Amino acid sequence: MQGTVPGPVLLQVRGASLSFGGVHALRDVDFHVHEGEICAIIGPNGAGKSSLLNVINGVYAPDAGTIAYAGETRRAMRPHRAAEQGIARTFQNIALFKGMSVLDNVMAGRALKMRRGVLWQALYWGPAEREELEHRARVEKIIDFLQIEHVRRTPVGRLPYGLQKRVELARALAAEPRLLLLDEPMAGMNIEEKQDMCRFILDANDELGVTVVLIEHDMAVVMDIADRIVVLDYGRKIADGPPAEVRANREVIAAYLGVPTAADDRALKEAS
Amino acid sequence: MAFFVEVLVGGLLAGVMYSLVALGFVLIFKASGVFNFAQGAMVLAAATTYAGLVDRGWSGWAAFLAALGVMILFALATERFVLRPLVNQPQISLFMATIGLTFVLEGLSQAVWGSVVRGLDLGIPDTPLEVKGVLISKFDLVASATAGGLVVILALFFQKTRVGRALRAVADDHQAALSVGIPLERIWAVVWAAAGAVALVTGLLWGSRLGVQFALTQIALKALPVIILGGFTSIAGAIVGGLMVGASEKVAEVYLGPIIGGGIENWFPYLLALLFLLVRPDGLFGEKRIERV
Amino acid sequence: MIYREAGQFRISYAADQRIFPISQDRVGMMLILAAAFIAVPLFASEYVLSALLIPMLVLALAALGLNILTGYAGQFSLGTAAFMSVGAFAAYNLQLRLPWLPLLVTFALAGLISAGVGLVFGLPSLRIKGFYLAVATLAAQFFVDWLFTKVGWFSNYSSSGVITAQRMVIGGVAFETPVRRYLLVLAIVSLLALLAKNLARSRTGRSWMAVRDMDVAAEVIGIPILTTKLLAFAVSSFYCGVAGALWAFAYLGTVEPQAFDLQRSLQILFMVIIGGLGTVMGAFLGAAFITLFPLVLNWLFHAVVRGDVRAGLLSQLELVCFGALIILFLIAEPHGFARLWQIGKEKLRLWPFPH
Repeated sequence: MQGTVPGPVLLQVRGASLSFGGVHALRDVDFHVHEGEICAIIGPNGAGKSSLLNVINGVYAPDAGTIAYAGETRRAMRPHRAAEQGIARTFQNIALFKGMSVLDNVMAGRALKMRRGVLWQALYWGPAEREELEHRARVEKIIDFLQIEHVRRTPVGRLPYGLQKRVELARALAAEPRLLLLDEPMAGMNIEEKQDMCRFILDANDELGVTVVLIEHDMAVVMDIADRIVVLDYGRKIADGPPAEVRANREVIAAYLGVPTAADDRALKEAS
Repeated sequence: MAFFVEVLVGGLLAGVMYSLVALGFVLIFKASGVFNFAQGAMVLAAATTYAGLVDRGWSGWAAFLAALGVMILFALATERFVLRPLVNQPQISLFMATIGLTFVLEGLSQAVWGSVVRGLDLGIPDTPLEVKGVLISKFDLVASATAGGLVVILALFFQKTRVGRALRAVADDHQAALSVGIPLERIWAVVWAAAGAVALVTGLLWGSRLGVQFALTQIALKALPVIILGGFTSIAGAIVGGLMVGASEKVAEVYLGPIIGGGIENWFPYLLALLFLLVRPDGLFGEKRIERV
Repeated sequence: MIYREAGQFRISYAADQRIFPISQDRVGMMLILAAAFIAVPLFASEYVLSALLIPMLVLALAALGLNILTGYAGQFSLGTAAFMSVGAFAAYNLQLRLPWLPLLVTFALAGLISAGVGLVFGLPSLRIKGFYLAVATLAAQFFVDWLFTKVGWFSNYSSSGVITAQRMVIGGVAFETPVRRYLLVLAIVSLLALLAKNLARSRTGRSWMAVRDMDVAAEVIGIPILTTKLLAFAVSSFYCGVAGALWAFAYLGTVEPQAFDLQRSLQILFMVIIGGLGTVMGAFLGAAFITLFPLVLNWLFHAVVRGDVRAGLLSQLELVCFGALIILFLIAEPHGFARLWQIGKEKLRLWPFPH
């Protein structure tokens, strides 16, 4: 929520470096998030934004650096551990289970919370059925929240792109995460869809208390909903602060728009 | 010691024969991304056609050309009726389609020519040659030379020619290749015909060794460990893999066989391939698959 | 019109999660079960029972097993028959050496042993995928083949190589007549089918499908890839093992490795493809098709061709037709009969109206 005092630091990444062959995706990046914050990561393409998220939830192990989360400091996060400790994630290219329905996909998000063993499930009676229905009820709340009831039985592969993104968000929220990592959640959406998505993210942050880290290219969205913005360029962090501050940062402008020459300065002066 | 060398050499040369079958697999996979389970059946069909015609009194060369013609026809039919409708389907579907092709070929060749076992005489003497106290079969040498020659031709083709390049593009991504204007259908027909030709040569060599019979298809299955060891897309790998499988299989049979009980060669290559895969899931020469998230 | 859902409101999640949420489906299933358990034994001939229905049901069970592994969990397997073989030999040896074990327990144990073997051969799946895995399962196929042929202990050192399966006796009642064998097989298969369906619609089924569709994403949401894949292998092999035991005891009457060769694995794979990957119904539809098809072909052939034909020609033509059918299905309806059935039901909802 904007304007409120930031909570304690939930996640702290120090000195993360990651390279693939000759490509340096991340160079000595320090990154932290406060509890309850909405933090946006921006930067030109190839800046290392997705890599940073991948490092946070364990898809990649960094070559150097540490990750401190939930009281533990470690070299690399393992995806299963990250999920267990309440980190949920959506992906740039939509990592939904295309062969399953929307309902099944979101229910899959509750996998960690379901305890009953295989034998009980095979019987589907008593404890197993109760557990299944209990989780179904919770999942339905999220489906309600994201307004995807009308497609709950549709196989995800048949849904339009915008709805797929919403389903992915639903699956992430189904895990009741503490930290939600969103990788370009609004890519390819029109204005209406983006507004809806913004509302969902803000509501999740507000009502469910989820800390959000999102990668986004749409500046209007970023300036609007983020409490803090982190800017990456060529794997390095070049700015970190509230939107107003970052917007005026010369290095950020240079990274996005190019370094202004004397001619540009004159033109700007004339225009103002 | 001499005995070991003899077994080893015998195994290596047998391995070259496996490589021949593997070559067909690799060709098709390299060029169309299809894992052709029917390669063995193609070997059988080609050999049966040849042997059947020779039985009817045709001359060797005429039979050879006729069999080649049949394989080309098969390639064209496959391209038209199987590959084209299934373009861009997941690899698994294409694989299962080739299993279907296997059945069709096996059934047809036996229905047309009968399931009688025929001998094949190619005029290559099977007399042993003695080199430094080790006995080597002349036949095996000829087979190796043939395989070697085929490999060189195919390797050059893929690396140097324009068609070869196009083939590599096709194997990577059908849709993309189509959109660039590569004539998918013609290329597939060419490749399958080439694989058919390789199958024919393989069938002739194997057939004169074992006789033309249904068991030939089982031998072709042996080629699978070969391509696992050698990688699905490497022609050189097919040779190396074949040598490894042939040698290890013979050595295991001779030295381990008496301890465990005979017939090890039925599964030993597979075990080897399995163990190998655990260490290198993409084969020796195969391309590493990268999954991007 | 008959199939209208109008007026059927599901007012609880429990009602929505039922296997057959639509009442017409429930009624239909009741009818089928009644027919299978009551009408068939009364009216079907011994031939139909022994030569058609029993093998069809047993193969459907094996197809169910393969469907769990390949259809739901996405792990490609060409070694189905090997696991059946393990089940058959395990059951035989258990009955032989521990004759005091009740028959059903023997079958269950045979299934468990098969599950264990499946676990071992499933370990490579953690590193290997797709075709490579298929070839690895071939290793299982050939190895098991060799093991039971060469190592005499399994066949009780029988010199002729043919072992007769023991009589099936449960609680003093002998299950030897076709009717009794049929009912036993039907009961076992129905129960296991229900269990499979339940697994498919719970967390396990979803985890399997998640691993099938995108295992990287599955890992990220916390699904343990290791245990999920191994569980698929274990459950699948259990089903195949029980199927193998039933095949030997209730159908063939003998226990032989040749009944469980590569051809058998491929046959079951076809059932699963033609029936519909990833569905419980698909296993049954596929088994029914593959069992009935040779008969239909036989009848057609003899209706068209008069006079004698060369022995074996029919089976060769059968082979050709099978192959052609596989290809046809892959082109026209890759999701098999199960999908056609679904489409049919959807049309039934509207019939006789066009839309």
